[in-house]
Amino acid sequence: MFDKLNETLKKVVAPFHAVFLLIFRGHYRLERYSLALALAIVVAGGIGGAVEIAPLFTIDETVEDVPDMRVYTPLEQVGRDIYIREGCSTCHSQMVRTLVDEVDRWGPYSLAVESQYDHPMLWGSKRTGPDLARVGGKYSDAWHVAHLYYPRDVVPESVMPAYRWLARREADLRDLPERLATLRMVGVPYSDEQIENAIPDALAQVDPDGARVDGLIERYGEETNIRNFDDLAGVPTEMDAMVAYLQVLGRLIDIEAIEAAQQVVEDQE
Amino acid sequence: MIGALTVGQRQAGLVILILGAVVGLAMAAAGAGEAFGAHGLIILAFCAALSFAVLARLDDPEPPAERRRAYYDDPIKVGIVLSMIWAVIGMFFGLWVAYLLAWPDLTLDAPWASFGRLRPAHTTAVIFGFGGSALIATSFHVMQRTSRARLAGEFSPWFVLIGYQLFVILAVTGYLMGINQSKEYAEAEWYADLWLVVVWVTYFVLYMRTLARRNEPHIYVANWYYMAFILIVAVLHIFNNIAVPVSFGGSQSYILWSGVQDAMMQWWYGHNAVAFFLTAGFLGMLYYYLPKRAERPIYSYRLSILSFWGIVFFYVWAGSHHLHYTALPHWVQTLGMTFSVMLLVPSWATAANALLTLNGAWHKVRDDATLRFMMVAAIFYGLTTFEGSFLAIRGVNALSHYTDWTVAHVHAGALGWNAILIFGAVYAAVPVIWRRERMWSNRLVEWHFWLAVMGTVIYVFAMWNSGILQGLMWRTYTDAGTLQYSFIDSVSAMIPYYVARAVGGTAFLIGTGIGVFNIWMTIRQAPEAHLALDRPTSPAGEADDRSVPAE
Repeated sequence: MFDKLNETLKKVVAPFHAVFLLIFRGHYRLERYSLALALAIVVAGGIGGAVEIAPLFTIDETVEDVPDMRVYTPLEQVGRDIYIREGCSTCHSQMVRTLVDEVDRWGPYSLAVESQYDHPMLWGSKRTGPDLARVGGKYSDAWHVAHLYYPRDVVPESVMPAYRWLARREADLRDLPERLATLRMVGVPYSDEQIENAIPDALAQVDPDGARVDGLIERYGEETNIRNFDDLAGVPTEMDAMVAYLQVLGRLIDIEAIEAAQQVVEDQE
Repeated sequence: MIGALTVGQRQAGLVILILGAVVGLAMAAAGAGEAFGAHGLIILAFCAALSFAVLARLDDPEPPAERRRAYYDDPIKVGIVLSMIWAVIGMFFGLWVAYLLAWPDLTLDAPWASFGRLRPAHTTAVIFGFGGSALIATSFHVMQRTSRARLAGEFSPWFVLIGYQLFVILAVTGYLMGINQSKEYAEAEWYADLWLVVVWVTYFVLYMRTLARRNEPHIYVANWYYMAFILIVAVLHIFNNIAVPVSFGGSQSYILWSGVQDAMMQWWYGHNAVAFFLTAGFLGMLYYYLPKRAERPIYSYRLSILSFWGIVFFYVWAGSHHLHYTALPHWVQTLGMTFSVMLLVPSWATAANALLTLNGAWHKVRDDATLRFMMVAAIFYGLTTFEGSFLAIRGVNALSHYTDWTVAHVHAGALGWNAILIFGAVYAAVPVIWRRERMWSNRLVEWHFWLAVMGTVIYVFAMWNSGILQGLMWRTYTDAGTLQYSFIDSVSAMIPYYVARAVGGTAFLIGTGIGVFNIWMTIRQAPEAHLALDRPTSPAGEADDRSVPAE
């Protein structure tokens, strides 16, 4: 019986055997020429990346088409840069997966279009803390300020670090026009006007009664959160910027538009 | 060591160091008062300190010409010492963040001492500082011995090793000061990334030139892996880090890619950093030190060929398994999953090839802790690659992703495979490089072995438990159809496991401390040995690297 099995096995393996022999002979020659070996490594290693990545830039369905996708206001962008600087994404994801329990816990699953202007994306890889993709509007500004200042005052079981210095430091707005201009270079559709007015717009966002609010609304829309986030008078602090960013997460597109786009995706499948 | 360089090489070194100091000064001026300026000062201090060391030796006599008939081991010595220093620094950061998760107030009210900044400092110091320095040092050792040729150049090995240290220093200090581009395992900003490209190209050229001198018609298997490591890491690093700086006088930049394309680029990089930095490079290490120590030839040459090309070809496809159920198109996720599962074949072929090499030498594994380090590393390599293929399956990933299971998996690899292999390789290399009969104390090697294995096992079991528990708590529903646990319930439930993990990490770090002490004492006090046969057989032509017809 074993002989028969062995025969069958040999037949099954035979075509592979030929391929293997080809590889062995080819490699035996190749390993005598260092440059040829190097070239072969780059080719063999390059195929997978090319096949998986290049089409993502050309296939239109990769990113959904949703009207009225907003960009971050200058202050929100400052907040995002602080979020990156502090390494928040080491513990917080911003990506609700297409799983029932995730949708029940965090809200509608994330769409590619929602991070199309995110350089870099902050999807994250670990949830030591909760997902933040839809945290915008979920808590009050005061809650966020107290929580960032000392998390265990608000959530006793929390293991998050205290970010007291955000309340102490003024937000650095000096190179804000250059930052927006650089973002435009990599693909975020900021207008000339938005870039020129970046600093006044950042100041206006924490000053709801100020004279510059109209300009901010005109450039970034009615939905913009214009509040004194940390409730302290004067120039915006890093706390203002951070809370402004957190409050807009998941809100750059109206929730109805997100659900409509999800319907389109599901109908296609 | 500087005295062993020619006067011309010392002068060239001085010129490069002065250029570096000027760049540092310019950065310090442009970014005065900011973290970028502090980086300028760090570069300035780094170059100034080294140039003083060179200046002090500038007028020493020319080194004797006979040196060319020996292997060039000075950079390897320094590389091993640097690697051990990074091990202690990196594991200390790791231990600190581990304790922070159990006791979050165990820190200062200072930005640099918060979890989000310490964590990338930990990963970078251990992967790139400890692992990278060990890879460079061992590759210099392996390429010379397996080619039976002296390193091609006396200046470029130093440029690679020391230049690489500057990259790691900029990266780690940058995260602590808040310079971070938030790409996991590639957090360093644009100028550090550019510098690494310069260092890496030099490294590749050095490797090729040394191979061109070889006195063997065939390139030994360890070198295939080191070459794959150098080449593919270069490709990954360049594409993943393409960014536009806001100004050349500041650290801030914005990455070219966005959203879903950036996510794919990031995990193509992230997974293949594991594949080519932490796997291919380390397999190069394994394929030299393990057979050498066991005094047995590699079990199967053909198995080496198959597993090598399998790893190079399959691994690159696997990155998208980090993005299951996300906004990444489904077809890319499926491709990633498929190739991840297939990857198990070359991975296990490699592990089996290593373990079967030990046939006929198992009594040595029993008696010699150094060889046992390498054997255990090969076993952890097999276990971790199995776990990796398993976690890449979409349904499993639904549970495991975002949880501590990922952390368990990473550390089974990083501690059990990478760190334990480095220690095995270092214990094998130190007596050879420093011309000693043996390590200073074999009992300390035993102690280190058991602490390292115990620490890894405690760590991994703790994180397996917490990860699976976390994943299950997140998806448990009540009879009424609502989620049973709030998120914070799952955080509280982790605390005992976080404590256990910190205990495992402490054991591992104590073992490392013992190892560092033992290496230091070996250099200082172990009896000297005369290794007559440990020298190159190829003529030491420097003008014509191809004087030996290698092909």
